[in-house]
Amino acid sequence: MGDVAFHTATTVDEALALLGDGSDARVVAGGSDLIVQARHGKSLPGTVIAIHRIDALRGLTAGDDLVVGALTSHATLCADAAVRSTWTAIADASALVGSHATRNVGTLGGNVMNASPAMETGGPLIVLGASVTLRSAAGDREVAIEELWTGPGKTSAKPGEICVAITVPAQPAHTGSAYVRLEYRRAMEIAIVGASACVTLDDDGNVTAAKVALTALAPTIIRSPAAEAAIIGTDGHDDALDAVAAGASADAKPISDLRANEDYRRAMAGVIAKRAVAVAAQRARGEEFPIPATPVFMKGSGR
Amino acid sequence: MKHAATLTVNGMAYPVELDGDTTLVRAIRDEIGLTGTKEGCDDCECGACMVMIDGRPVNSCTYLALQAVGSEVTTVEGLADGETLSSLQSAFLDQGGVQCGFCTPGMLVSAHALLRENANPTDEEVRLALGGNLCRCTGYAKIAGAVMQAAKASV
Ligand SMILES: Cc1cc2nc3c(=O)[nH]c(=O)nc-3n(C[C@H](O)[C@H](O)[C@H](O)COP(=O)(O)OP(=O)(O)OC[C@H]3O[C@@H](n4cnc5c(N)ncnc54)[C@H](O)[C@@H]3O)c2cc1C
Ligand code: FES
Ligand code: FES
Repeated sequence: MGDVAFHTATTVDEALALLGDGSDARVVAGGSDLIVQARHGKSLPGTVIAIHRIDALRGLTAGDDLVVGALTSHATLCADAAVRSTWTAIADASALVGSHATRNVGTLGGNVMNASPAMETGGPLIVLGASVTLRSAAGDREVAIEELWTGPGKTSAKPGEICVAITVPAQPAHTGSAYVRLEYRRAMEIAIVGASACVTLDDDGNVTAAKVALTALAPTIIRSPAAEAAIIGTDGHDDALDAVAAGASADAKPISDLRANEDYRRAMAGVIAKRAVAVAAQRARGEEFPIPATPVFMKGSGR
Repeated sequence: MKHAATLTVNGMAYPVELDGDTTLVRAIRDEIGLTGTKEGCDDCECGACMVMIDGRPVNSCTYLALQAVGSEVTTVEGLADGETLSSLQSAFLDQGGVQCGFCTPGMLVSAHALLRENANPTDEEVRLALGGNLCRCTGYAKIAGAVMQAAKASV
């Protein structure tokens, strides 16, 4: 690593002033992406601005909408009662990130701004209709989460902008959501394939609205229009779920890498999307399903 | 570029001069001289570098040392009371949870943090809490057993 200047900001204004146009400076929140990447050839910029002491950006408020400060950790998110009950897919996702240590330091703002197509909270934020608030010297602007990611590691945020909050809207009655990933082990894992679903039912239990998103199956996290069309208007049970699987596999644009090849990823896209939709529908019916929705298999303790 | 700062480790204040990109594990080992904390992968995968920051486990190989200014850092050296081992440390010895010992400081810190939050964990909770700590010697059963022994001794 090289010659790096380090500043700790305690207010957003101070961080923005230090960041300037962002051409040779970068903010670090938990550092669990940035410092790891610095090991792998992407050197740190000339100036690192630590923002983890900006207390105003930490914590969440659950009113009608859920407003999450950018510095809120995965540990806080997955333990929060309101997130677990109303915006459940986010809790499913945050609970899977890294290990206890990663969840303590890793923030939602860092997860979102790092823009990995395999990142855990992205799919849940898409299906729940989230937006991010980006702040610069020019003021705040709101960006729909689907418009934030433009490619692997790339966002539409300008280099001089700081993400201050992520807002997730209120959900209609009889709505449930879930995030499920295919993993080889629980801790320190990257999704091989992930799927998120948000399902709304009418009083008779028929699906009136649904969103399905696929993780690690394209250069950015994507919606699956075919899976969504397959479930809307149905009772959310077996035949519809099989059609969801076929739709998700058809919409996936997977790559082959050392973790899984393209065909396997495409096949698993269907399996995992079907599970996510099934759990979301179950939760929409008011049935309990454990968080995280991805089961852990362990000697003598699988479920 | 050197930055003068003070790091608080195991309750002691250490004045240090650090580069902006110095990681916490390097500061603890090379500047402060506490070598209990190990650097294994230096890539946030193995957990050998685990320390507590304000009571919560953190991988010190991927945390900038200057980010820890203003926080309380606890390393494995901070778990014993002088020469007297903690009940968790003794349990590792009783159960044979230490072989080469390289993973042990990180295992102890993760397990200590777990027992602070959850004095009576299940075997599954112990294994999940140690999910970020790799051991290539013991096969984990004796480590999990040691944590369970320490938990039982404390309730
Ligand atoms: C061992 C390990 C396991 C992991 N497992 C997972 C996993 O299972 N799932 C997963 O999704 N991720 C995982 N991660 C990645 C990482 O922990 C998460 O993405 C985390 O949420 C990143 O947050 P951070 O605060 O540490 O980000 P940082 O590293 O501090 O920042 C990441 C990027 O975002 C920028 N940034 C951060 N905050 C802001 C802000 N407020 N405004 C503008 N830009 C900002 C930084 O400049 C940097 O480019 C893992 C990482 C490690 C080391
Ligand atoms: S040295 Fe930090 S996780 Fe391996
Ligand atoms: S005892 Fe050798 S790595 Fe765990």
